[in-house]
Amino acid sequence: MRIIVCVKQVPDTAEVKINPETNTLIREGVSSIINPYDMHAIEAGLQLKEKKGGTVTVITMGPPQAEEALREAISMGVDEAVLLTDRAFAGADTLATSRTLAGAIRKLGFDIVICGKQAIDGDTAQVGPEVAEFLGIPHVAYVKKIEEITEEKIVLYRMMEEGYDVVEAPLPLLITVVKELNVPRLPSLKGKMRAKKAEIKRFTHKDIGIEEDRVGLRGSPTQVKNIFAPERKKERKILQGSPEEQVEWLIEELKKLKCI
Amino acid sequence: MDYFFTEEQKMIRDLARQIAEEKIVPVRAELDEKEEFPREIMEVLAQSDMFGIFVPEEYGGLGMGALELCIAVEELSRACLGISTSYAANALGTYPILLFGTEEQKKKYLPDIAAGRKLVAFALTEPNAGSDAAGIQTTAKKEGDYYILNGLKQWITNAGEADIYTVIAITDRAKGARGASAFIVEKGMEGFSFGKKEKKMGIRASVTRELIFENCKVPKENILGREGMGFIVAMRTLDQSRIGVGAQGVGVAQGAFEEALKFAKQRVQFGKPIISFQAVQHILADMAIQIEAARSLVYSVARYIDSGAKDISKVSAMAKVFATDVAMKVTTDAVQVMGGAGYMREYPVEKMMRDAKILQIYEGTNQIQRNIIGQALIKEATKLTG
Ligand SMILES: Cc1cc2nc3c(=O)[nH]c(=O)nc-3n(C[C@H](O)[C@H](O)[C@H](O)COP(=O)(O)OP(=O)(O)OC[C@H]3O[C@@H](n4cnc5c(N)ncnc54)[C@H](O)[C@@H]3O)c2cc1C
Ligand SMILES: Cc1cc2nc3c(=O)[nH]c(=O)nc-3n(C[C@H](O)[C@H](O)[C@H](O)COP(=O)(O)OP(=O)(O)OC[C@H]3O[C@@H](n4cnc5c(N)ncnc54)[C@H](O)[C@@H]3O)c2cc1C
Repeated sequence: MRIIVCVKQVPDTAEVKINPETNTLIREGVSSIINPYDMHAIEAGLQLKEKKGGTVTVITMGPPQAEEALREAISMGVDEAVLLTDRAFAGADTLATSRTLAGAIRKLGFDIVICGKQAIDGDTAQVGPEVAEFLGIPHVAYVKKIEEITEEKIVLYRMMEEGYDVVEAPLPLLITVVKELNVPRLPSLKGKMRAKKAEIKRFTHKDIGIEEDRVGLRGSPTQVKNIFAPERKKERKILQGSPEEQVEWLIEELKKLKCI
Repeated sequence: MDYFFTEEQKMIRDLARQIAEEKIVPVRAELDEKEEFPREIMEVLAQSDMFGIFVPEEYGGLGMGALELCIAVEELSRACLGISTSYAANALGTYPILLFGTEEQKKKYLPDIAAGRKLVAFALTEPNAGSDAAGIQTTAKKEGDYYILNGLKQWITNAGEADIYTVIAITDRAKGARGASAFIVEKGMEGFSFGKKEKKMGIRASVTRELIFENCKVPKENILGREGMGFIVAMRTLDQSRIGVGAQGVGVAQGAFEEALKFAKQRVQFGKPIISFQAVQHILADMAIQIEAARSLVYSVARYIDSGAKDISKVSAMAKVFATDVAMKVTTDAVQVMGGAGYMREYPVEKMMRDAKILQIYEGTNQIQRNIIGQALIKEATKLTG
């Protein structure tokens, strides 16, 4: 089984600062870690390999120093690491990021792709599903348990706001995982020694075979106007009465909110 | 202080520290309270290759030495001496195989030990043979292809949990000190069982239990070295492993010191943090001096052992005595600095103080260590004076 795990290197702090002029994250001077959710994705990959055999490859798109994150993943036991690094990749939004990752994943070949639920800095939770779309495969997000896996299909528990869904899906597919899935292992001494010497493959846009204007800033249609924490509105209304009454009431409410 | 560790030694230190902080600190109080063997932690240590540090690479280990093992032991001891005792006793039980095992024995046992799939214990002590190891009464009689063991071993660390036991027994009483032999006994061998589990003052996450041999059949190829070499095996093993007890002392002292330092900075009395009182500073200063001195001695002796030196008995005894006396003193002082809080189980130092006491007792009491040093000094004096 060919298992690909996408990891992102993120700043090691909950208080990420934002450059008010460019509205992008200030990454200088903050130490970096593997996105915590991605640690669970690595663990999931390693466990699948232990059960089913095969190889685990981690990939990341990032600056050259993102290599550290890949070496850490190797010290936990993954077989191979690929760094997507290229000046042209800089300034990517989630669309360009996903297109780039998907290009590399297609080139590497895969049976299952595992992503974290979301990155603790960018926080969009978009990259996993977008990669799946680019690859033209199904995805299941927020996986909290892998119940069963065979060559053709997988049975998963998908976390929902209340409870969970049991989902059966065909392979190949992409999943994004939550912390409830597992406890990431610590590195091993042999793994750390291997990680120090391991060769990290590097891909540029040419290696992936995507034109320069489809990656990075140039390939990113999103423009950041403002970054702020959304206010949480606690107000809830529960519809009551007959279906007709409920529909009428709903239309009124939506009109009030100028939604229709 | 920088002790100029290699990259690999730093890796061991960092990973052992990570395990200690992330996995051990959160559970140590509960394990102590429940007197529970730390199975899960042992699995974490296994997965991290910690059991393979001192095992040669050809048997699946990392092929490192005493210093690297000391580094790991120190870091684990900084968090919990009970857990580090289970870990260090594994090395103690493995040395007889490493030092005296045949190629077949090494091939059979070391890979499982290095991978942490099998845990080991070392069994010398008996009810009537503590400091006076020559007093052991467990016998091993050769019958055909087997040795038949009979007797009782007492206070054996990892007993019941371990899969492999290195056991010293008398093969020929008439030969006195040359009448003992060492054996590899496996859990599950006919006639081998476990007795009473001790309730201890400290290191309660480690298990201390009796081994019972009732016509226990051990295949004759499981003898370590030759018949009659039992005490040589035991003494060489203890010479080699004793430094690990020193490292335990440094670790637990460091752990207690850090707690006391943190507390002294925060605790306010008479309108000031207590660390501003010179009397408190001096206690802390003495703790720091002793720990650094102990650490320097332990690392130096470990490096000396790793150089392949033969005359390690005296210096390893020195390091064991000094570092463990420091551990007792520093952990007691940590409780003192923290006052009533130090005495409460809510804080970790009372446990550290209870735990530290064992270091002055096992693997040869500190009196016996001084005897070893004394004997060596007599030899040296004879050389000087003729
Ligand atoms: C509008 C916009 C503009 C941006 N502009 C910039 C910019 O100018 N400069 C800049 O540095 N960043 C920029 N970013 C951030 C960057 O695009 C995102 O961080 C990135 O696309 C991933 O999105 P996310 O952090 O929300 O990840 P999520 O979608 O929350 O991540 C989910 C999962 O996807 C995988 N994943 C995410 N990113 C990567 C990656 N790089 N490599 C491998 N796997 C990954 C991981 O498994 C992760 O757990 C911008 C983001 C947005 C939304
Ligand atoms: C928790 C724990 C774990 C242990 N684990 C193991 C293990 O894994 N394997 C194993 O084989 N053993 C183990 N032991 C046994 C340990 O090594 C012995 O307890 C130790 O060697 C001391 O023997 P003793 O307790 O019989 O004390 P004793 O020999 O009875 O000594 C009592 C006191 O007399 C002093 N004394 C005795 N003889 C002399 C002398 N000649 N000169 C000066 N003072 C002397 C001692 O220093 C001590 O203070 C363990 C013990 C404990 C408590």
